Amino acid sequence: MAAANLALSRHYQYRKAKNLMMMGLTIFATVITLIPLFLVLGYLLYKGASSINLAFFTRLPAPVGEVGGGMANAIVGTFELVILAGLMGVPIGVGAGIYAAEHRGTSLADAVRFAADVMMGVPSIVVGIFAYAVVVRPMGGFSAIAGAVALATIMIPLVTRTTEEMVLLVPHELREASLALGVPRWRTTISVVARTAMGGIATGVILATARIAGETAPLLFTAFGNHFWSTSLRGPVASLPVQVYTYAISPFADWQRQAWAGALVLTAIVLALELGVRAVTGGQTKAPR
Amino acid sequence: MADKIIVNHLTAWFGAVRGVHDVTMNIQDNNITAIIGPSGCGKSTFVRCLNRMHEVIVGARTEGEVLLDNENIYAPDVDPVQVRRRIGMVFQKPTPFPTMSIEDNVAAGLKLNGISLSRSEKDQVVERCLKQAALWEEVKDRLRAAGGSLSGGQQQRLCVARALAVEPEVLLMDEPCSALDPISTARIEELLIELKANYTIVIVTHNMQQAARTADMTAFLYAGDLIEYGETRQIFTNPNRRETEDYITGRFG
Repeated sequence: MAAANLALSRHYQYRKAKNLMMMGLTIFATVITLIPLFLVLGYLLYKGASSINLAFFTRLPAPVGEVGGGMANAIVGTFELVILAGLMGVPIGVGAGIYAAEHRGTSLADAVRFAADVMMGVPSIVVGIFAYAVVVRPMGGFSAIAGAVALATIMIPLVTRTTEEMVLLVPHELREASLALGVPRWRTTISVVARTAMGGIATGVILATARIAGETAPLLFTAFGNHFWSTSLRGPVASLPVQVYTYAISPFADWQRQAWAGALVLTAIVLALELGVRAVTGGQTKAPR
Repeated sequence: MADKIIVNHLTAWFGAVRGVHDVTMNIQDNNITAIIGPSGCGKSTFVRCLNRMHEVIVGARTEGEVLLDNENIYAPDVDPVQVRRRIGMVFQKPTPFPTMSIEDNVAAGLKLNGISLSRSEKDQVVERCLKQAALWEEVKDRLRAAGGSLSGGQQQRLCVARALAVEPEVLLMDEPCSALDPISTARIEELLIELKANYTIVIVTHNMQQAARTADMTAFLYAGDLIEYGETRQIFTNPNRRETEDYITGRFG
């Protein structure tokens, strides 16, 4: 009896040691993952915070050689581009996602899913070239519309896929319950299925918005950038990512300083969007049941 | 008593698999008709054919006729949506709409069919249907609460109220008590007996006592075939067919 207990406890000791080691490894991996995140955020704060002042949010960029100025036009431009892209991308993405989920198994639904997966893998610079070819060339110049088309092209597959996943989570019984009340199919899809999945769809839309808010490459030769207030959707418009890019590679110390501030503001906007998602969904990023 | 529904040589398919085979029977008005039989015998498929819910499943199709007041619901010019407004259905699992309150769940069938109700009309419908479904007393103080916040038995009665709100003529119930405890089951059964004064009720059940307690007529389905159909008393006390007797006495199934 005593020998058996001893054997058991020796095995137990071994298991405990193994558990401890694996636990240590996973904690180590987690810390390694988090270090870059905090380094980036910390360095951004360190470099950017000192350059943020009221002028940064209210003034236009100063002419070359002059100190001061701000990025007011780029901040407004980023919101303008993201809202325009959302107006184009959200209805198409949500519609395609609902179709792909509700008509699962049809060849068109399979095609939608395949196209969305392929589009998600397309490098963003290629999306920029696409928008250049289909919008900038025909319109004869850089424009806010072209930038928004490029961003919407990135947004559509993201929204399509998350919408599809969320709609698929809606139990089939709910659809049948609605149909059995004599509700037509289209009304069932809109008022029961989509409404039930709405929380998850909204989450997907906000995450896609956060993603496109930080895109630089697709805007370089579509929205292009602008040192002044843009008054037309058909003209080039400034945006934070492009402004940061331009200032960061410039030789002027004051511009580089402002690039840090711009990067910090951009990160804060994206972070606010993501925190907004968490607040709305209570930390869960899935459809309510 | 008048025949509300006449089923003529009804056969139902799932792709190449036959779920119901050549069933012919008459379902009487203001009666409760029970469909009994072992699992997988086609009971659910059969009732789903009665309001054209069978065809919602991909690859499903039917042959034969179902006459509602002598009108074939499978005629080419008949809209299944209209059929379902006249023949309501309650499912095995309670399915309140999770995004809607209790009162909105009851009014859902009207609202989603584009019928706009004034506040007082809505209150009347909600109160009438919840009373008919024997749920009013339990929820009258929290009509704005989520439908999903109720217990399972209450949710099922909410689904009955929701089905009644569109004022169907026939109510199909697909094992409505299988997920419920005995007390909730008893309430639903009392409810059925009250409702049959105004509705034609078809209930699918695994529970033979339930069929014996509630139904006027009972049909026994086995492997997709209608084996025997008659008055409940006769089916349970003096069945004509050997298979029926074996099933009822628990020799198989």
